[in-house]
Amino acid sequence: MANTYEYLDDRLGLSDLKALADKKTVPLHRGSYWYYWGGISLFCFIVQAVTGVLLLVYYRPGPEAYESVRQITNEIHFGWLIRSAHNWAANIFLFSTFVHMFSVFFMKAYRQPREFGWWSGIALLLLGMLFGFSGYLLPMDELAYFATKVGLEIPNAIPLIGPPIANLLRGGLEVSEFTVQRFFALHAVVLPALFLPLLMFHLYLVQRHGNALPVSEEAKPAAERKSIPFFPNFLAKDLAMWLITLNVIALMASLFPWQLGPPADLLKPAPLGIKPEWYFLSQFQTLKVIGQWIPGYAGEVFGMSLFTLGLVLWFLIPVFDTRSAKGNRARMATYFGIFVLTVLGLTTLWGYLAAA
Amino acid sequence: MSQEPNVAPYDSEPEDHSFTRRGFVKVALGGVCAAYGVAVAYPVYRYLNSPVEKAAAASKVREVKLPDADQLPKGSALMFKFGTAPALLIHHEDDTWVSMSAVCTHLGCTVEFQPAQSRIFCACHGGEYDARTGAVTGGPPPKALEVYTVTPMEGGMTITRS
Repeated sequence: MANTYEYLDDRLGLSDLKALADKKTVPLHRGSYWYYWGGISLFCFIVQAVTGVLLLVYYRPGPEAYESVRQITNEIHFGWLIRSAHNWAANIFLFSTFVHMFSVFFMKAYRQPREFGWWSGIALLLLGMLFGFSGYLLPMDELAYFATKVGLEIPNAIPLIGPPIANLLRGGLEVSEFTVQRFFALHAVVLPALFLPLLMFHLYLVQRHGNALPVSEEAKPAAERKSIPFFPNFLAKDLAMWLITLNVIALMASLFPWQLGPPADLLKPAPLGIKPEWYFLSQFQTLKVIGQWIPGYAGEVFGMSLFTLGLVLWFLIPVFDTRSAKGNRARMATYFGIFVLTVLGLTTLWGYLAAA
Repeated sequence: MSQEPNVAPYDSEPEDHSFTRRGFVKVALGGVCAAYGVAVAYPVYRYLNSPVEKAAAASKVREVKLPDADQLPKGSALMFKFGTAPALLIHHEDDTWVSMSAVCTHLGCTVEFQPAQSRIFCACHGGEYDARTGAVTGGPPPKALEVYTVTPMEGGMTITRS
């Protein structure tokens, strides 16, 4: 045993890793609870990767897409469970990523030197939403069809270059088997290829800079700040969180298995009360409301511009918020965060109630 | 190896204290981990094994009906699927009918009826079988091909295996 360790240590430098793990600590304070959410997102991503590969075993993109998902759901043993776990883990991934993002925002953890953590994190969230959008079409049922049809109207609204982009994404003028095939390539190859290196970069930065302290905590003298060792104390807690997440995914997947609607049909009208997934509901509702003020194409362009502007502002907050970078309280940034959270929450709720 | 063992304080506890709190937590934790492992591995195994189970059920077929097989010219053979595996129906020149498995008993290649030599031949490693009894007549196969019963029926042939 000792010899094996020595053998591997000489060649792989295990003791360096151990020294790193021994040195690493996690701050302990009132807000420490929020440190778990990044880990929960990571765990959900791992579940996504595993269940995704399992679905790949039976899923057939193209004209047979619906039939293959029907087989997975109804005929293959536990296929319904794997598919539901993939769906639920996707939803929990986005939820925990949102929580993670807002907790980082309100702790002002984006302040220097962690700007790149913030930027890579937002890029990961956007990729996650693209994962959600592209994956949603793959079963090619009625809901998937209309969600994609409507979703592709967003790039379509970009002046001049919009329509060709939308056509390229669609692989035609209508959502068809060509769309499923290329969304599948996007979902299972292109997006993971972009996501994984970015995730490694994000995790490297977390390792490099450690957990950020809230400004108020950082102001305390070093002797008053508490921390716990990462290994094994925080890791054990992190793993406990992962276990809870696994249980939640399993429970949701078993109690509320994801349904498969009737197959997509070009000639069938959209079902009443159709609405997007919750993570697109805010944009959906905002576009709907703007469309009532400014009808037609102009409203769509205005709405899209508004989203883009909001996203750019959100993205650039480490640049704007110079106060927390210097260790001061940044009330304006906090108010901005509360405003964004409120708008997102209210429009989501509004969209939910309007569709119900 | 005359090195003094480096004894840690935990290990130096007397034998009769083997059932410690630490030991209990270790066993309980291991048990829970194993339970989770099984709870995840079992559905995954059944999921991946689904087509195997389906094929295994299909391969249990004991009887196959081959409509129009009675039209098969003398001195020729017909390949068909018995359950999930390929099989041969041979109409010999003397008007006798023989059916047997078409899976070489050596390494599982599909064999071929060669009327000119009146033999069954496997191209993979040169296995040869008797075209009437399925017995090995040459090459590496370890045992004979399984022979089925051929019964004429209205407008075809019925193949059964015991």
